[in-house]
Amino acid sequence: MYEISLLTVMSFSVIFALSLNLITGFCGQISLGHAAFYGIGAYTAALFTTDGGSFWLALPLAMAVAGFFGFIVGFASLRVRHDFLAITTMGVGFLFTGFVRQQEFLGGEEGIAGIPDPGIGQIPYMLLCAAFAAAVIAFSLYVKRSWMGQAFDAIATDEDTARTLGVDVARYKLTAFVFGTALAGLAGALFAHYVKFVEVESFDFIESISVLAMVIVGGIGSVWGVVVAAAFLSVLPLLLQVFADYKLLIYGVLLFAVMYFAPGGIDSLMRMLWRRISGRRTAE
Amino acid sequence: MDALLSISGVSVRFGGVDALADVGFEVAKGALLGLIGPNGAGKTTMLRAVTGMVRPQTGSIVLDGAEISRLPTHRRVRLGLGLSQQIVRPFAGMTAVENVALAAGYAKTADPLKALATASRQAERDRARTLLDLVGVADAADALPAELPLGYLKRVEVARALALDPKVLLLDEPLAGLNTSEAARLADTVVDLNRQGTTVVLIEHNLSEVMRVCRQLVVLDNGRKIGDGDPAEVMADPAVRDAYLGAASEAPGEARDAAA
Repeated sequence: MYEISLLTVMSFSVIFALSLNLITGFCGQISLGHAAFYGIGAYTAALFTTDGGSFWLALPLAMAVAGFFGFIVGFASLRVRHDFLAITTMGVGFLFTGFVRQQEFLGGEEGIAGIPDPGIGQIPYMLLCAAFAAAVIAFSLYVKRSWMGQAFDAIATDEDTARTLGVDVARYKLTAFVFGTALAGLAGALFAHYVKFVEVESFDFIESISVLAMVIVGGIGSVWGVVVAAAFLSVLPLLLQVFADYKLLIYGVLLFAVMYFAPGGIDSLMRMLWRRISGRRTAE
Repeated sequence: MDALLSISGVSVRFGGVDALADVGFEVAKGALLGLIGPNGAGKTTMLRAVTGMVRPQTGSIVLDGAEISRLPTHRRVRLGLGLSQQIVRPFAGMTAVENVALAAGYAKTADPLKALATASRQAERDRARTLLDLVGVADAADALPAELPLGYLKRVEVARALALDPKVLLLDEPLAGLNTSEAARLADTVVDLNRQGTTVVLIEHNLSEVMRVCRQLVVLDNGRKIGDGDPAEVMADPAVRDAYLGAASEAPGEARDAAA
């Protein structure tokens, strides 16, 4: 059924977008190569299950492998900042696609086909993805409230001052990268077992920009804003052919509009609307 | 007399300029030391060298028996330094009380995973409110930094440094931007804290407050130490008078700005 597909796609897109929100939104570390970790998760899970491995083991394995590479890339964030980090992570994205294209064991240009079905049926798979998405939403909301979220917030605002308050900036950044990339790996594994076919184009630079667009349009650092943006932007191309055809153009316009008119994204628009409504109510 | 903070032979070069040349002094436990000198003398650079925001080319910095000159800033802070910077750096997205509470939660933020395990902030918020009250800005607790005048932000910055329970409190011009009565009140607060056992190093241009509260002065000029000791004796030294009053007489506008 069509609605089931939409909800499944929505679910792993929400996980993917929230995984970047942890790194870029919470901890303030820009990444233009996040699709690489989505890809690492997808390829790890695909290789594992096509080789006879269990789907249920493939999920934690995908998270571990993606998180491991995230840890390594996280070191880049300790040495470079802001626009330099953007360029570095973009390079990581290109490194991933360039590497995969040349590897026979990863299917090269052709990708990996015939990924086995998890064998639980369409609706349970949708529910599984939705449950993971709900768990990641809950986790994000909790992180934001916790002392870790406070420290992330300080680092995102002014990391030098965070240091003068005793915050070990390096360890927090690495933690953000490991958590964020491991969750991207989970999203990738769920994606791979939904489409049953992975190819390198699904994890290229455009995908990295698309997920960054979801975070920016939703409101950098906002959990619900990013959930709404990811849910909406991920299924639009499936609902409207015109959106699929002009996806990049529409993302470009959306990014420009958000940056120009509402840098806080959907989150700030919702808050503004809420203030108007509650303001009118108190006025009456 | 035990030296709680012992600085020796610190040199910092920026390009070809000696910002600090072989400067050393001792801060006794319980001291209230004024670090003074004309603009560009190297006072702020010295505090930045102590906190590790600037890496000295040579020199040793010992805090409570531990050599800290090779440690990163956050570890030095955890060994007992609290810094209030000259140019205030509040976290813009957090209210005044949240800014101070973040510092007060230093035990909880020591490790990222431990920080993830706990979300309760009531104790730290209560402590933050107490400290904001102590520096006289309790009424601004729930305001965002953008809504507060500089005089308030300076005191929030001091409260945030205090929240770290430092052994040595480093204050870089905390009185600048405060009016005369606010400045006197904050200076009195610093004296009270010092009486209760906090060792304080104070950089300050407000010389009348420095002479009123400090019991030891270290004078820097052009990156060199030109005086160290009892305030009255140090200020009687012709070399200090020359360096200090020469510069002060050039900048009457600045004194007015500071008083405004």
